[in-house]
Amino acid sequence: MTTRARDTLIGWALLAPAMTLLVAFTHWPALASLIESFYSTARPRRPARFVGTANYEQILADPVFWQAFSNNLLYAAGTIPVSIALAILMAVWVNDRIPGRTFARVAYFTPTVLPMIAVANIWLFFFTPGYGLLEQITGAFGLPSHNWLGSPETALAAVTVVAIWKEAGFFMIFYLAALQAIPPVLAEAASLEGASRWTFFRRVQFPLLMPTTLFVLINAVINAFRMIDQIIVMTRGGPDNATTLVLFYIYQVGFSFWDTAYAAALTVVLLALLGLVAFVQYGILERRVHYR
Amino acid sequence: MDRRHFIAGTGAALGLGLSRPAWAQAPTEVSFYFPVAVGGPITKIIDGYAADFSKENPSIKVTPTYAGTYQETIVKVLTAHKSGTPPTLSVLLSTDMFTMIDEDAVSPFDSFLKGPDDQAWLKGFYPAFMLNSQTEGKTWGIPFQRSTIVLYWNKDLFREAGLDPEKAPATWAEHLAFAEKLTKRDGAGNTTQWGTQIPSTGFAYWLLQAMAIQSGAILANQEGNRTAFDDPGALEALTYLVDLSRKHKVMAPGTIDWGTTPRDFFERKTAMMWTTTGNLTNVRNNAKFPFGVAILPANKRRGSPTGGGNFYLSKKAKPAEQEAAVKFVRWMTQPERAAKWSIDTGYVAISPAAYETAAMKDYAAAFPPAAVARDQLQYAAAELSTHENQRVTKALEDNIQAALNGSKAPDRALKDAQAEAERVLKPYR
Amino acid sequence: MSAPAARSPYAPTGIWVGIEAAGALVLACLWILPLLFAVWAAFHATEDTTRFALTAPLTLENFRRAWEAAPFARYFLNTFVLVTLILVCQFVLCTLAAYAFARFSFVGREIAFALVLAQLMIMPDVLIVENYRTMSRLGLVDTIPGIALPYVASAFGIFLLRQTFRTIPRELDDAARVEGASALQTLWKVYVPLARPIYVAYGLVSVSFHWNNFLWPLIITNSVEARPLTVGLQIFSSGDQGVDWSVICAATLMTSAPLLIGFLLFQRQFVQSFIRAGIR
Repeated sequence: MTTRARDTLIGWALLAPAMTLLVAFTHWPALASLIESFYSTARPRRPARFVGTANYEQILADPVFWQAFSNNLLYAAGTIPVSIALAILMAVWVNDRIPGRTFARVAYFTPTVLPMIAVANIWLFFFTPGYGLLEQITGAFGLPSHNWLGSPETALAAVTVVAIWKEAGFFMIFYLAALQAIPPVLAEAASLEGASRWTFFRRVQFPLLMPTTLFVLINAVINAFRMIDQIIVMTRGGPDNATTLVLFYIYQVGFSFWDTAYAAALTVVLLALLGLVAFVQYGILERRVHYR
Repeated sequence: MDRRHFIAGTGAALGLGLSRPAWAQAPTEVSFYFPVAVGGPITKIIDGYAADFSKENPSIKVTPTYAGTYQETIVKVLTAHKSGTPPTLSVLLSTDMFTMIDEDAVSPFDSFLKGPDDQAWLKGFYPAFMLNSQTEGKTWGIPFQRSTIVLYWNKDLFREAGLDPEKAPATWAEHLAFAEKLTKRDGAGNTTQWGTQIPSTGFAYWLLQAMAIQSGAILANQEGNRTAFDDPGALEALTYLVDLSRKHKVMAPGTIDWGTTPRDFFERKTAMMWTTTGNLTNVRNNAKFPFGVAILPANKRRGSPTGGGNFYLSKKAKPAEQEAAVKFVRWMTQPERAAKWSIDTGYVAISPAAYETAAMKDYAAAFPPAAVARDQLQYAAAELSTHENQRVTKALEDNIQAALNGSKAPDRALKDAQAEAERVLKPYR
Repeated sequence: MSAPAARSPYAPTGIWVGIEAAGALVLACLWILPLLFAVWAAFHATEDTTRFALTAPLTLENFRRAWEAAPFARYFLNTFVLVTLILVCQFVLCTLAAYAFARFSFVGREIAFALVLAQLMIMPDVLIVENYRTMSRLGLVDTIPGIALPYVASAFGIFLLRQTFRTIPRELDDAARVEGASALQTLWKVYVPLARPIYVAYGLVSVSFHWNNFLWPLIITNSVEARPLTVGLQIFSSGDQGVDWSVICAATLMTSAPLLIGFLLFQRQFVQSFIRAGIR
C-alpha cells in the first residue's frame, strides 16, 4: 500500500464521524434550503412550484429585509469593536495588582453564566420608562425621561448595549490568559529603552494579543448574527422593525408567517453573507500561521 | 414525543387495527399542548384537570404539555405537524384559525358532533366567541381561555385628581378629559404620572381594533381574505391613539410595552390602562390600591374584539384519539370547570351557563369586576383574523408603531398597512 | 495567581493604582448591576421590586413560587447532561478530524476541509426547520441527544485544533511512530497533551454557548425530561399578563447559582490553567 493510499484510508476513517454529522446537520439542510428557495412555499391547498428567483426578487424589494440587514450591520459595528476594546481594558486592569481585582474579575465574568433569556427581562426593567433603573438614575440628575426601547432612535442601541454587556467579560478571559503569557522580560526590556506604558501596550502587548484578537473576533462576528435572545424578550423586533435583525426576521418569516420558502431564501442570503466573512477571516488566520 | 408515548401509541394503534381484542387495554393517548399566559401554578391546575379526567375515563389518557407562550405553542404544534407527530389537541389563539386551516393541520369538530345534545353544547357558548371559531360553515375551534379588552382604573388617583372614583370614562371625550386631569407633571416639565396607557407592542393591532370597532369600522371580513385598514373608522381610531400621546401628551411617548403595562399600573405610573381581562387576577393580587374595571369607552358605539385561545383538533391524529380529545374538550368546557378556570385566571367564562353556577355567582357578588368582561360581550366583535394572520397583523402593528413614533402620519401608516395586507391576501380570493 | 517573579515595570504605582482601581471597580459595578438587581428583586415582595428602600422586608416567597412553578432541579440536570455530552463528543470528533487534516495528505482533503469551513459560519440556529425534520425521522425529537447532535461536529473546534496540531513538530510524530505507536496512539500521547490549552479555551466557549443556547432547544424539546434551563426559564417570560420581575429573578438566581459559585470558587485555578496553557 502506498503512503498516499494509507493516508487516505486513515484520514477518511478519522474524519468519518465528524463528516457524517456535518453533512447531516449542516450541508444537507443548507442545500435543502437552497433548493427550497427556488420554490414557492408549499401550502396544503397549493403545492410548491418552481418559481425561479422570485423569492430573491422579493428579498430585494422587501423593505423589512433591508432594514434588518442595516440594523444587523449597525448591531455588529456596535458590539464587535466595543466589546473587544472593553475586554482588553478589563483584562489589562485585572491583570495589574490593584485592590478589588478578584471582585472585578468575577463581576466582569458574571454575564457569561447568566442565561440571556432571563437576563433580558432584567434589562427590560432597566430600560423601562418612568421607574426603570436607568430612569431612576437619570431622573436623580434631573434629566428628562426617555422611552429607551419604545423609540426607534434608541431601541437598537439599547439591545446592542445588552449584547456588549453579555460578551465583553467572556472575551476578557481570553485576553487575560494571553496577557499573562507575555514574558516579563519584554516589559523589562521595553522599560530599559524608556518606552511609555502606552507605547509598551501599543508596540508590544497589543501585537502579541493579535492571535487572541482573531480568535475573539470570529466569536464576536458569529454572535453578532446569531444573538437574538434578548430581542425576542425585549422588543420582538419593534418598534416598527427598529430592532429586527436578520436571524430574527428569518425566525419570524419561518415560524410566525410559515413562509418556509421565503425563509429559506433569506437563510441562503445570510449564509452567503457569513460565508464571505468566514472566507475573509480564514484568509487572515492562514496568513498569520504562515507568518509565524 | 418520548419513547414511552411512542410505544403506548403504537400499542393503541395495534389494538385498534386488530379489532380491539380483549387484551388491548392500552388507553387511548391524547397529547395536549397548551400555552400559559398567566404564570406558573396554572400548569398544575391543567395537570390536575387531566388527571381528574383520566380518573373518570380510564380508557383515555390525557398528557398535557406546557409549551410556552401562544407564539411558542403554535411553533411547536406546526413544526410537529410538518414532521409527522403533532399533539392530538392544542390550545392556540382563536385568530390562528385560518393559519391552521391553510396548513391543513386542523380537523373541524363537526364530524364528532352529530347528536342533538352535541349541537346544544355548541350553541351553549357565547356567540361572540364563536365568530373566530367558525368559517366555511364548520367549527374549527372550541373556546377555552377567552378574553376581551377592558379598562382598569386606579380609584385613589381618580380621587386625588378630583374625579369620581367610582365612575369610569364612558366616551372617548371623557376618557381624554379624565386622562388630562390625571396626568401630573413636575416643575421641570417631566411627567410623573400619565393619565392613560394603551400598550402598542405585542397586541397593538388588538387594541387598535377595539377603537376601530368603537368608531364603526370592521377591519376584516369573515372569510379572512380582505382587510379594511384604510377605513375612515380605523383612521379615527389611530388618530385618537396617536393624539393621546403626541398631541395631548396624556400617554407616554413612543411605543408602550405590553409586558410592563400592568406593572406601570401597579407603580401608579399610569392612572388607567387598557389590557386583557385575562389580567384581572394578576391585578387583583398585585395592585395595592382600590381599582375598578370597566367596559371600554365608546366613540360611535361601545366595542371590543374578543381574544384568547381555542381548542384545536389535529388533523393527523387517529380518529380514536380525536374522539377521545373531543370528549376531553367537552369535559373541560362544562360550566363548573369553565367557572373555576375563569375565577383562577380572570379569563371570561365561555358560556352563559358558567355564569349561572353557584361558584361564579358567589365570586361575582364578592368581586363585581369579574362580571365586566361578560357584560361587554354584547358589544364584542370578532378579533382581526385573516389568512397569513401573523403577516397581516404585523403589517398593521409596524405601522401603528410608526405612527406613534411620528415617522408616519396616521393616514399614511394605515394606507401602507392596507397595501401590504392587499399584497399578502390577494392569492386567497 | 501564579505570583509573578518580579513586579512589572509597567505595573501602576502611586496614584495610578487608585485611578485604575477606581476605573475597574466602577466598570465592575456596572457589569454586576443586573445580578445585584436580581438579588434585590428575588428577596423582596413584588411591590418593593422597583423601589430601593433599604428597609423593605426580605422574603423567600419568590423562590418558593419559582420552585413550585417548574422542576428546576430536573432542568439543571438536563442542562448539565446536555453540556457534558456536547463537550465530550466535540472533543473526540474534532480531535480525530483535526488530526486527519493536520497530518494526513489524503485524497479529497482540500474539498473536505472546505466543507468543514463552510460550517464555520453556518449556525444550526439558521437551519432549524430542516434539522427538525431530520431529528423527527431519527426519532430524536424531545431528547437530549436531539438537542446536542447538530452541534457535535463543530467546524470551529476542528479548525482550532488543526491549527494547533500543525504547529507541533513532525519530529515528535516520527519519533512516536518509530517506537511503533499507531496513529491513534500518537494522537493520544503526543498531540492531545500538547494542545491542552486549546481544549480549555474551546471548552469554555462551548460550555458557555450551550449553557445559554435557547432557540434550538426551544423548538426541539417538549417535555420536562428533555427541557434545558433556558427553555424552562421561559415559563416566566412575558406573556399575556406582563412580567413579574421578582419571580423571574428568583428563578434566574436559582438556575445560575451553581455556575456562579463554581466560578467564584475556582476562578483562580481556572484562569491559571488558561495562562499555563497560554492560548495564543
